[in-house]
Amino acid sequence: MKKLVIIGNGMAPGRMLEELFDKDSQAYQVTIFNAEPRVNYNRLMLSPVLSGEKTYEDIITHDDDWYENHGVTLYKGVRIREIDKEAKTVTSETGIKASYDKLVFATGSNPFIIPLPGHDLDGVLTYRDLDDVERMIETSKDGGKAVVIGGGLLGLEAAAGLKAQGMDVTVLHLMPSLMERQLDSAAGYLLEKAFEDLGITVMTKANSQEIIGKNGKVSAIMLDDGTKIDCEIVVMAVGIRPSIELAKQAGLDTNRGILVSDDMLTDDNHIYALGECVEHRGQCYGLVAPLYEMASVIAENLLEGTATYEGSVTATKLKVTGIDLYSAGDFAEGEDREEIVLRDATSGVYKRLVLKDNRIIGAVLYGETSDGPWFFDLLKKKTDISGMRETLIFGQAYQGGTSLDPMAAVAALPDDAEICGCNGICKGAIVSAISGKGVSNLDDVRSHTKASASCGTCSGLVEQLLAVTLGERYNPAVVQPMCGCTDLGHGDVRRLIKAKQLKTIPALMQELEWKTSCGCAKCRPALNYYLVCDWPDEYADDYQSRFINERVHANIQKDGTYSVVPRMWGGMTSSKELRAIADVVDKYDIPAVKCTGGQRIDMLGIKKEDLPDVWADLGKAGFVSGQAYAKGLRTVKTCVGTDWCRFGTQDSTGLGIKLEKFMWGSWTPAKLKLAVSGCPRNCSEATCKDIGIICVDSGFEIHFAGAAGMDIKGTEILGQVETQEEVMEYVVALAQMYREQGFYLERIYKWARRIGIDEIRRQIMEETDKRRAYFDRFVFSQQLAQVDPWSERVSGKDKHEFNPLATLPLEAAQ
Amino acid sequence: MNAQTGNWIAVGSLNDIPRRGARCIKNGEMTIAIFRTADDRLFALEDKCPHKNGPLSQGIIHDGCVTCPLHNWVISLETGKAQGADEGKTNAYTLKMDGDTILIDIGAVK
Ligand code: SRM
Ligand SMILES: Cc1cc2nc3c(=O)[nH]c(=O)nc-3n(C[C@H](O)[C@H](O)[C@H](O)COP(=O)(O)OP(=O)(O)OC[C@H]3O[C@@H](n4cnc5c(N)ncnc54)[C@H](O)[C@@H]3O)c2cc1C
Ligand code: SF4
Ligand code: FES
Repeated sequence: MKKLVIIGNGMAPGRMLEELFDKDSQAYQVTIFNAEPRVNYNRLMLSPVLSGEKTYEDIITHDDDWYENHGVTLYKGVRIREIDKEAKTVTSETGIKASYDKLVFATGSNPFIIPLPGHDLDGVLTYRDLDDVERMIETSKDGGKAVVIGGGLLGLEAAAGLKAQGMDVTVLHLMPSLMERQLDSAAGYLLEKAFEDLGITVMTKANSQEIIGKNGKVSAIMLDDGTKIDCEIVVMAVGIRPSIELAKQAGLDTNRGILVSDDMLTDDNHIYALGECVEHRGQCYGLVAPLYEMASVIAENLLEGTATYEGSVTATKLKVTGIDLYSAGDFAEGEDREEIVLRDATSGVYKRLVLKDNRIIGAVLYGETSDGPWFFDLLKKKTDISGMRETLIFGQAYQGGTSLDPMAAVAALPDDAEICGCNGICKGAIVSAISGKGVSNLDDVRSHTKASASCGTCSGLVEQLLAVTLGERYNPAVVQPMCGCTDLGHGDVRRLIKAKQLKTIPALMQELEWKTSCGCAKCRPALNYYLVCDWPDEYADDYQSRFINERVHANIQKDGTYSVVPRMWGGMTSSKELRAIADVVDKYDIPAVKCTGGQRIDMLGIKKEDLPDVWADLGKAGFVSGQAYAKGLRTVKTCVGTDWCRFGTQDSTGLGIKLEKFMWGSWTPAKLKLAVSGCPRNCSEATCKDIGIICVDSGFEIHFAGAAGMDIKGTEILGQVETQEEVMEYVVALAQMYREQGFYLERIYKWARRIGIDEIRRQIMEETDKRRAYFDRFVFSQQLAQVDPWSERVSGKDKHEFNPLATLPLEAAQ
Repeated sequence: MNAQTGNWIAVGSLNDIPRRGARCIKNGEMTIAIFRTADDRLFALEDKCPHKNGPLSQGIIHDGCVTCPLHNWVISLETGKAQGADEGKTNAYTLKMDGDTILIDIGAVK
């Protein structure tokens, strides 16, 4: 096999390898050196990671398994220092050497840092990779102020992201209007207003002069007119420079970028260059679409092909939620150019087309961008528009008498109209995937065609194509909304609570645009749980959003009376406890007493007014609430284990009691039941519980995701550990993972089905840091949760719940 | 049916009832639930669900309705009528405020 070495592991080479392996997976043995210490991820999606709408895991393009499956050696965090063109080898800073038959330079570009005084202070960041994003998120934890220098695409996305993280953000832009490279000044002005509406301060014509520090850290920035702005971070997003030092040093021809000919070869015919580091026909690119075109040319040529790259025209979309902006081509004014402008101030729409010789050469759309791809298509094809000139600006729907229906517009697009700009996917390719491969939803379109898999802004178009092609058969409701009050699903809501730092139910309903004024009986308990779980020390539990059982800490019965179940730790009791129960039953004339299926005693038919007195008496005997009503820890069933049983291998009773004492009081998405059996005979039925432990001679087998209610399902094995201490840590970590990810009323077995048993096993059994972090977060929230609700109420909390407001004199009823 | 000529009885003050909560008043064998919404409107219903007599006072209150704790019927606080596909009606009573004091006319079923 021939050897292919790649320097840099950005989006461009990632795409090149996919195409190469698709064509011939055996042609090359591939080695990649990447200075960034991670796998290939979707850099475009850093902004959603910054704003909290996505996580790093969500944006990974190729995970470790991918490299392994393709036999690719990936050196993460290893920078190439030297290239020997004669010997055809590369050498890393750490001394790793690799030889190649073909070499691909894909070193990307470096963010430019303005050499202002203070540019090296702690807190001066760029916006290029995950490290930058992590630093920003870290700094924004305590709110504070941020300054972003640069009002271009990246700067604005950074500003919106920092704002979403709760920072006070100022954008400094040197030019008189924002994004002046892509927008004309009118659109720039609208954009500026939109940012101010987001609560972001925009200062144009702002020339930074000095970054001021305190103890080595950024504290303010000074402009040349003397304005001083306090801030904890400065993000410089003022442009990128192709990263060409290494190529220069290796003696390759460079100018602004590494020079390549149309076959993408440098002046050394064993060395290709790809991506942002390239200069082709005088152009350097900073968007993925052209890079993907280059990638596909190189993939072909590596296999003896003769593909050529002829340059690209690019279109841009700003990825800031709530702002629609599209620009393509060239829109500078000029003698030989005409323009068509449409403004609609009330709806904030601005459209401008620049024409030359009856052809579109530039387009700027603000506020309403759905015609962007259509204009871009006319632009690229150099279509003569004289026939539709009068109505051109109104968009495709106005042409040729077709209706205004956006679906009709999509249906009318020609097969070669580009839908996904990033990946260069045309309508025809998507439609044939839908009709030919039986693709029926957005995710499948993404995996089959790559359309909308990069920046995602064409998702709407793709969905329309699905609807047009599949007709009735298209079922877009992939997310089940939580309830009628919102279109968001539980997953979205949980993520947004974290991302937007929503800490009260009213704030959440406001921010997430709840459709009802005060929610309903479905969403309020769910929201209350999510907030209790996510902000244990900050959120005040909203009792009015809890189901009656959790509000009064007893189970309501069909006649409006209540049942009371005290904890009997691990199912153990004593004569003293039984006597106290007997006394309470007599004193309050309780009509029924029953052993529950959870190894404890239920007293049924108690009047609501009597509850506090019943609890007071039970409390004196040492009982606490058994939480038989809670979406929280219910019972931990045990068997007699080594204490008594001739087969017992471990102290199952003791371990069960330990777990129950550690975990009671915590709220969970749905009820949580545990059991510990002393041997595989399994007398406590541990293998149908949410979490079960089977003791064996060599330790403890931890099980989870069982069910024995409306569904019957045996447990899955999480793993085996040796000591009781380990059982505690692993079980508690598992419970916390479930608490953080589960949807309200979703039992563990359903959650596990959604997340994947393997993934859970991996995080709990293999990733020590993750497991410890889950454990620690559980322990933290337990400090606040382990308060016996019965004794609280005996001492007067929520008194109003248990007493009538008034008793009317009987005659009033007449 | 006429509030002016009704028999008003003071039963407590606004602050005795939590927002989005309810309290009961006992009238012999009958219980009346007084509900307070998020925006401080007050309503009175017999504490008896038209479905199977569930105690409505124990339900979750939202948007001018209460969801019964037993089987989740949704009842309008204003009219006592079951919402959606369910059919049935609970007695609703007229309330008025005198300053902070809540007055009820239990003679007048709405
Ligand atoms: C009291 C008890 C029956 C008994 O007399 O033994 C009981 C009683 C109720 N169960 Fe249960 N379950 C009881 C053990 C069980 C068990 C057995 C066990 O825990 O080992 C199961 C099967 C195991 C499981 O949970 O998977 C069980 C599966 C259910 C289910 C089905 C849950 C599911 O996800 O499929 C429900 C319905 C629900 O939660 O939506 C339910 C719901 C109920 C409710 C709360 C019905 C309700 O909503 O009012 C009953 C309340 C009675 C009360 O007021 O006390 N109960 N229930 C048991 C109390 C145990 C305890 O000490 O806390
Ligand atoms: C926040 C953000 C948002 C963006 N949004 C969009 C968008 O919406 N649409 C769009 O089209 N484009 C967008 N872009 C631009 C797009 O991400 C880039 O054009 C593209 O990722 C460049 O890919 P690349 O492979 O050429 O380089 P890169 O992805 O930069 O990869 C180069 C890699 O090479 C490594 N490297 C450099 N030198 C060496 C060496 N000597 N040895 C080993 N490794 C080395 C670097 O560590 C780096 O990981 C965005 C960029 C950012 C930062
Ligand atoms: S099985 Fe459970 S829910 Fe059903 S009647 Fe018995 S106690 Fe009630
Ligand atoms: S009793 Fe109210 S819903 Fe059944």
